[in-house]
Amino acid sequence: MWFILTVNSITLGGLLFLLSAGFSLIFGLMRIPNLTHGSFFMLGGYLGVTYLNCGMNFWVAALLAALTMAVIGGLVERLLLRPLAGNAMQQVLLTLGLSFIIADLSLTIWTGDPVRVPTPGGLEGTADFLSLHFPIYRLAVVGIAVTIAVGLWLLIDKTRLGAMIRAGVDDAPMARVVGIPVSALFSLVFALGAALAGFAGLIGGPYLSIYPGLDSEMLPLALIVVILGGINSLLGALVGSIIIGFLFNFGQVLFPNLAYMILFLPMLIVLLFRPQGLFGRNA
Amino acid sequence: MTKMLSRRAFLQGSALAGAAISADLSFAPAIAQTGAIRIGLLTIKSGPLAQAGLQVDQGLTAFLKEKASTINGRKVDIIVADTGGTPAGARSKAQELVEREKVDLILGPVTATEMLAISDYIRRARIPIITLGGAEDLTQRHLNPWLIRTCPSSAQTCHPMADFSAKELGFKRMATISDDFAFGHEQVGGFLRVFEDNGGKIVRKLWPPLITPDYTPYIAQIQNVDGVFMGFTGSNPVKFMRAYSELGVKKDIPLVGGWTTGDDALLKSLGDEALGVQTASIYTASLPNDSNKRFVAAVLKDYENLPGAYAAWAYVTLLCLEAALKTTGGDVSDKQVLIDALRGVSLQDSPCGNFHFDKYGNIVGDVFIRRIDRKDGKLVNTIVKTYPNVSQFWTYPEDQFLAQPVYSRDFPPAKNLEN
Repeated sequence: MWFILTVNSITLGGLLFLLSAGFSLIFGLMRIPNLTHGSFFMLGGYLGVTYLNCGMNFWVAALLAALTMAVIGGLVERLLLRPLAGNAMQQVLLTLGLSFIIADLSLTIWTGDPVRVPTPGGLEGTADFLSLHFPIYRLAVVGIAVTIAVGLWLLIDKTRLGAMIRAGVDDAPMARVVGIPVSALFSLVFALGAALAGFAGLIGGPYLSIYPGLDSEMLPLALIVVILGGINSLLGALVGSIIIGFLFNFGQVLFPNLAYMILFLPMLIVLLFRPQGLFGRNA
Repeated sequence: MTKMLSRRAFLQGSALAGAAISADLSFAPAIAQTGAIRIGLLTIKSGPLAQAGLQVDQGLTAFLKEKASTINGRKVDIIVADTGGTPAGARSKAQELVEREKVDLILGPVTATEMLAISDYIRRARIPIITLGGAEDLTQRHLNPWLIRTCPSSAQTCHPMADFSAKELGFKRMATISDDFAFGHEQVGGFLRVFEDNGGKIVRKLWPPLITPDYTPYIAQIQNVDGVFMGFTGSNPVKFMRAYSELGVKKDIPLVGGWTTGDDALLKSLGDEALGVQTASIYTASLPNDSNKRFVAAVLKDYENLPGAYAAWAYVTLLCLEAALKTTGGDVSDKQVLIDALRGVSLQDSPCGNFHFDKYGNIVGDVFIRRIDRKDGKLVNTIVKTYPNVSQFWTYPEDQFLAQPVYSRDFPPAKNLEN
């Protein structure tokens, strides 16, 4: 049992990282918690399944879902958030309102029935280790998460674009002064965040499946991860995801009566003693 | 005068803006208000629980199409109110239906918590209601004389499921896993009682929160038992069964479940992981009687999916109304006469088979144990055994049953829990 729990903690952490990396990026640069993030996750899942039903390969569908979400995310930033620039409260409320709209639109388009996402070919079945079984697909999710994490790290830390994003995160007005197109960065990062969420939506599909309400279930998880790990920090999002993965798995077994607060308690403690999060820097 | 008008216009406007009342289900043009029977429908059109509301629509539509929107020659107007699935929403919409729309009776609401929230109001307003909310005490310790229930009480189908598990499947030791809210508690309570009264032992009770992204930590705790009873609702059975099968537990430890876990409408969301799972329900799409064949064909034709229990109960609800109107001679004005007639309904050929109501207003009908099989590439429920005339009290004497507390997370106490 403990072995299964340990492996599962890491795989859940992997999925949570895919979910929260985009959230963390957007929060870091634009300073707003994007409350549409759970909806992007769900919408990406629904779109991905629609592509799958058109006969597409799972991975192509996932990438295409990510691409579609990037376009949608970019449009949301350009057309809706941009006019409210500088007014964080209004922007947050807008993302909240948008999440309701997406939820009801999805209900109309994809009805309320839960959608089953088939496991991609070649990854069905279980990996057997002595008498223990573990689904191969979940192990693959860890691989995907690690790949994305490395890719994002390279992007942020090693490229010129990454340097501009970091400059924008640290001090947006000053970055603007030295000629960095911060507004364009906002659109780009928002699109990237939406794409990551949409990608995660389909990747998570084979074990979460997709159903109305998935959006509001995933959003708090992204929030917890980012608050725990620290805003502005991809490493924080990664570590936060793994911590939440372990807390969820072991917490439910060891302290079943605390099932409801097990995820929030550490967040509360971190907020009390280190409000910027484990890996966050002071603004 | 103008004041009155503008106030009325405002009220209508606000109702529209909130999408509060829309008559999209009424096929009858509202020409003769006096002639039409006005049915208020408390349903869920938005939010995460909307799937149940969509199914209710399918059932009602099937009936109204079949009967050309009339019941006993009288036109039917259905006034739809969206509660959003929340108790507060149900309370205000119920009041709106009764006081502003002057409905003759109410169908719905869909969930138990909503029904509990409006029960007192219904009693005061003296309006007949046919509900789909399963909470045990609505027809037991907190009776509502204005209510009948066409769906089973939460534990009603779990009693025979436990009987079947102990006697036919020969399970001696079982674990239960269920959503941690009233419907889940009541289901497990009923299952535990009958299973242990038949010599079985429930050695583990697991209560994952209603919102649980991954069931693996719970499934990892299931071992050394003969079978598992699950009481999940909504989309949770889909998630749970997938994980249960993928973690390799299913091939060693078979699953049985409450009606929501093997509902016919859910089958299209399930795959091989659900094969062989046995569940108990008071409705099943595979029941081969004429009425049900007609009903299933109608829903398949219009919606391309098998009707689930909510659709069937919505349909049956209108059948009951039809039968009651035969008794009253088409009159709905005297509410006492109407509810008495409804309670007296007994049908032989319905999509649910035979049923009648007990003196508490709860359905007494056949419970089907069905197994999920694959036929022609699609998942279907196969009836394995039928328990006839199952009441909410199972085989227990009524007074003894009612003298005990209502089923809950800790009642009946599980004496055989192990760690």
